[in-house]
Amino acid sequence: MGIIKAAKLAFDYLKLDENGNVESKQRAVDGVDLEVEAGDFIAILGHNGSGKSTLAKHINAILLPSEGTLWVDGKDTQDESKLWEIRQTAGMVFQNPDNQIIGTIVDEDVGFGPENMGVPQEEIWQRVESSLRSVGMWEYRSHSPNKLSGGQKQRVAIAGVVAMKPKCIVLDEPTAMLDPNGRKDVIRTVHELNRKEHVTVILITHYMEEVIDADRVIVMDAGKIVMQGTPHEVFGRVEELKSYRLDVPQATLVTHDLRKMGFDLRPDILSNEELVEELQAYRDRQAS
Amino acid sequence: MSIRIEHLNYTYSNGTVFEQHALKDINLELPDGQFIGIIGHTGSGKSTLIQHLNGLLKATSGSIYYNNEDIYAEGYSMKQLRSKVGLVFQYPEYQLFETDVFTDVCFGPKNLGLENDEIERRAAEALKLVGLGEEYYRVSPFELSGGQKRRAAIAGILAMEPEVLVLDEPTAGLDPRGRDDILDQVARLHQERKITVVLVSHSMEDVARYVQRIIVMNQGEVLYDDEPRKVFCHYKELEAVGLAAPQEVYLMHELAALGWDVDTDAATAGEAAESIARCLKNAEAKKKIVSGER
Repeated sequence: MGIIKAAKLAFDYLKLDENGNVESKQRAVDGVDLEVEAGDFIAILGHNGSGKSTLAKHINAILLPSEGTLWVDGKDTQDESKLWEIRQTAGMVFQNPDNQIIGTIVDEDVGFGPENMGVPQEEIWQRVESSLRSVGMWEYRSHSPNKLSGGQKQRVAIAGVVAMKPKCIVLDEPTAMLDPNGRKDVIRTVHELNRKEHVTVILITHYMEEVIDADRVIVMDAGKIVMQGTPHEVFGRVEELKSYRLDVPQATLVTHDLRKMGFDLRPDILSNEELVEELQAYRDRQAS
Repeated sequence: MSIRIEHLNYTYSNGTVFEQHALKDINLELPDGQFIGIIGHTGSGKSTLIQHLNGLLKATSGSIYYNNEDIYAEGYSMKQLRSKVGLVFQYPEYQLFETDVFTDVCFGPKNLGLENDEIERRAAEALKLVGLGEEYYRVSPFELSGGQKRRAAIAGILAMEPEVLVLDEPTAGLDPRGRDDILDQVARLHQERKITVVLVSHSMEDVARYVQRIIVMNQGEVLYDDEPRKVFCHYKELEAVGLAAPQEVYLMHELAALGWDVDTDAATAGEAAESIARCLKNAEAKKKIVSGER
C-alpha cells in the first residue's frame, strides 16, 4: 500500500437548521480512488469548488470521509486512536501565511510543533535549525514573523511542518496570496524537500507553471478525478483542460495554436525549451 | 477629462527615523477612457500611487489634477472626487458587511445622498454589470464563492458610477475561472461605459492580454510607461527588478537568437503562434521555389 490510499472516498458538507437537523447536503468529494507512493510529488489541479481542498483535508484527518476509506501510511483516518500518528505523518500548509504563524520569533514558531509532540529540547533545536536551513530561512531565525514578506512567512510555515518530520506534506494553494518572487521561492523549497529529504508532496494549486515538474498531475472537477497522468500526458489534452476552465502553460498554448493551424508538432510541449527544440526539429524535417 | 500627476512625492513617516520614500517625482497623465496596467513587485509603490488617485493619501509634495482641477486646492471636494474615482482594494470581499448582497451594493450610492429609486436602480445595474442576477440579491454576501464575493464588492464601487475605476490586484487568490470572469467583465465595462480603468497586477500575462498601456513601477519610480509590447522588449531589465515578461516574449527571443525571423514583440500566445506560423510558411514557400528552379 502507498503512503496515501483512498478507496471510493466521498464527503458531504451538511447544512444544519436551527435544531441541528440536516437541511441539505452537498457532495464535495465524490468517489475518489487514489494511491500515492512514498517519495512522490503529486500536484492536484482544479478550480474553486472542485473538491481538491476537501480531499486534502482528509489526508491529515481534519475531515473524515462520509463514505469510503482513506489510509495514511496504512492507518485508517477514522480510527481515532491513530489520530496523532496520522497528523504527524501528514503535515499541512495552508493558503494564508498569516493564519498559520503563532510564535513571536521565527525559531519559536518552528519549534512549536515538535515541542507539542514531546520531542526532547536538545533535539527540538536541532530540528528547528535543520528545517529552517532547508527552507532557506535560517538567517531570519531571530526575526519577528510580522516583518517577513508573504513568501518568507510561507517558508517559515513549511519549516514548522518539516520540523515535525512528517513523511508527507500537503500544501493547499500555498502560493495563492504571494507575488511572483515569493511563489518561486516556495515552490523551489518544496521541490528541494521532496528531492533531498524524500518527503512525499501533495501540492494543490491552480498555477500551471508550478505543476510541470511534478511526478503526477491529478485534475479534479465536481468532486471527481477527471484526468491524471504525467504533466506531459495531462497538458497534451489542451481542449479537455480548457473545458474544466483550467490554464495550460504558455508554451503549450502556443503549440496548440500552431497545431490548429496545421503544423504537425508534438502535442505534449510544456516549456519554452521543449518548444524551441521541437520547432528546430520541425524546420529541419521540412528542409530535408 | 483626465488625471494629471505632476512631481508627486510621498514619504511614509515623514520627519521620523522611519522615513521612507515610497514615491519619487512621479509624472503621469491618465487620459479618459484608457485601459492602463500598473505593474511592480511588492514594495514598488504601486498601491501607494493609486491611493493618491482618489485622495486617500495626500502627497508630501507635488500636485494631482482631476479634470484640470487641483485636488489639493482649498475647498476642493474630496467626497466628490471619491465618487468619481472608484478604488477597489485588494481582497475587497473583506469589506462586505451587510446582511444581503443588494443592501451591501446600495451602501455607496446611499452615502452619496441619492433618492431611493436611484440608489436601487444603480445597485441593480451594477450587479448586472458584474454578472450577479436577481437570485443573489437577498443572499448573504458570506454565502457566495470567493469570485462572487469579489464581484459583489466591485459592484459596490460601480454603483457609485465612477468615471475612473482603479482595481488593486483584483484577481489575487482567484482560480483561473474567477480570474477570467473578473477581467473579462472589467474589459467589457471599459468598452461599454468608456470609463478609464487602472488595473494593478503582478501578472504580466493578465496585463498583456487586456491593457493598452503599462506603467512599470520600481522603488517608487516609473521605470517604463508604454504599450505592452514595447515594455516587454525590456524583459532583461524587468527581470532585474523582480518582474518577468510573459513567457511568449522569452520564446520569441530564444527563436530569434537561433536565427528565426520571428516578431520579438509578440506578447500573447496567439501573436506568438501566428508569427511562428508565418516563419514556417515562408520557409516552406522558399523551399518550393528552390525545388521548382531545379
